[in-house]
Amino acid sequence: MVELALPKRSQIKNGKRYKAPSGSKNVRVYKIYRYDPDSGENPRWDKYEVDAKAHGPMVLDALIHIKNNVDSTLSFRRSCREGICGSCAMNIGGRNTLACTKGHEEYNGEITISPLPHMPVVKDLVPDLSGFYAQYASIEPYLQSTTPDPDKERLQSPANRDKLDGLYECILCACCSTSCPSYWWNQDKYLGPAALLQAYRWIADSRDDHTKKRLESLEDPFKLYRCHTIMNCAQVCPKGLNPAKAIAEIKKMMPAKG
Amino acid sequence: MSKPPSTEAAYRPLSPHLQVWKFHITMFTSILHRATGIASVVGAVMVAAWLLAIGLTASGHCPEAYTLFLSFAASPFGLFVWFGLTLAGFIHLTGGLRHLIWDMGLGFKISSANALAWWSLLGGIALTLAFWAVLFATGKVVL
Repeated sequence: MVELALPKRSQIKNGKRYKAPSGSKNVRVYKIYRYDPDSGENPRWDKYEVDAKAHGPMVLDALIHIKNNVDSTLSFRRSCREGICGSCAMNIGGRNTLACTKGHEEYNGEITISPLPHMPVVKDLVPDLSGFYAQYASIEPYLQSTTPDPDKERLQSPANRDKLDGLYECILCACCSTSCPSYWWNQDKYLGPAALLQAYRWIADSRDDHTKKRLESLEDPFKLYRCHTIMNCAQVCPKGLNPAKAIAEIKKMMPAKG
Repeated sequence: MSKPPSTEAAYRPLSPHLQVWKFHITMFTSILHRATGIASVVGAVMVAAWLLAIGLTASGHCPEAYTLFLSFAASPFGLFVWFGLTLAGFIHLTGGLRHLIWDMGLGFKISSANALAWWSLLGGIALTLAFWAVLFATGKVVL
């Protein structure tokens, strides 16, 4: 359901300001969303002044610097720090991206950091993604074949393998789904760009025999057709993928699926 | 057997969405497509009222109906409303063409999608201006 404003208990108050150590040059201000589930108080914006010379080039470096040196209570997910695990997906400067592959110099002035949009927040920058993962499971993201297993691998022509490019690279960071207004308003019923791109990844796979079944399970006013080509998904994907195009390909296959 | 102490499930606030989002042109034109669609429904009601007024006058049921309609529709404020409705109609038309292209699976590269969004927006405005320029030039509308 469309609700433009945040619920009362989710509204964000102004928080603390952490000054940079005196004598710091190149001070940048990070405005970071904080929520402490133990206090039960409303979320707040804390501001951290950080010497940009004191840490590495990426926004994740700044977050780790803050956690190590300024405020150890700041919570965020991170793991690989090279854009392959998808853990540090968050909203930076108003757009979803990976903190580990986004340089702080790509932003002007104060950098606003909040959790992935329109999600339940566990703590600070950590959203609850269990619904997102359940949607991924619902599209049955594994090879389903009607032929018996061959002795060796299932073969695929180079041309058919090429059809998976731009699909298999998805790291399920949830940047796209949580960028999508349709997903914001209907995430209980609409599968969202990430799950649909993954659905198409198996529909497009020449080795998978359940194409028709997969299409039938998606033919639903909400699951698939809540996509209105707003394009936020493709605009923000940190891997440069295009979920909107994958969804359009699924829609195109619907009339001919039989 | 003793029950575990009941704890209130931790409240999970909703993270900010529109409050922090930095708009893309494609997001803007998507919202505009819906808004102009709704405005076009209002336009359809206006046109229906126009036809009704013509009918009532022509059939003699209410001879002054058409004059009454024109007293609003041809007034400066009425023309302003018509201008808004035609603007909405043309932007919705070009937006519909944009969606037609996307439904064919074309124009999904981000640069292409952004260009389509800009062209549909500017195209709708240009068509509206051309439409009214013709109306004024041919004397169909006078202020």
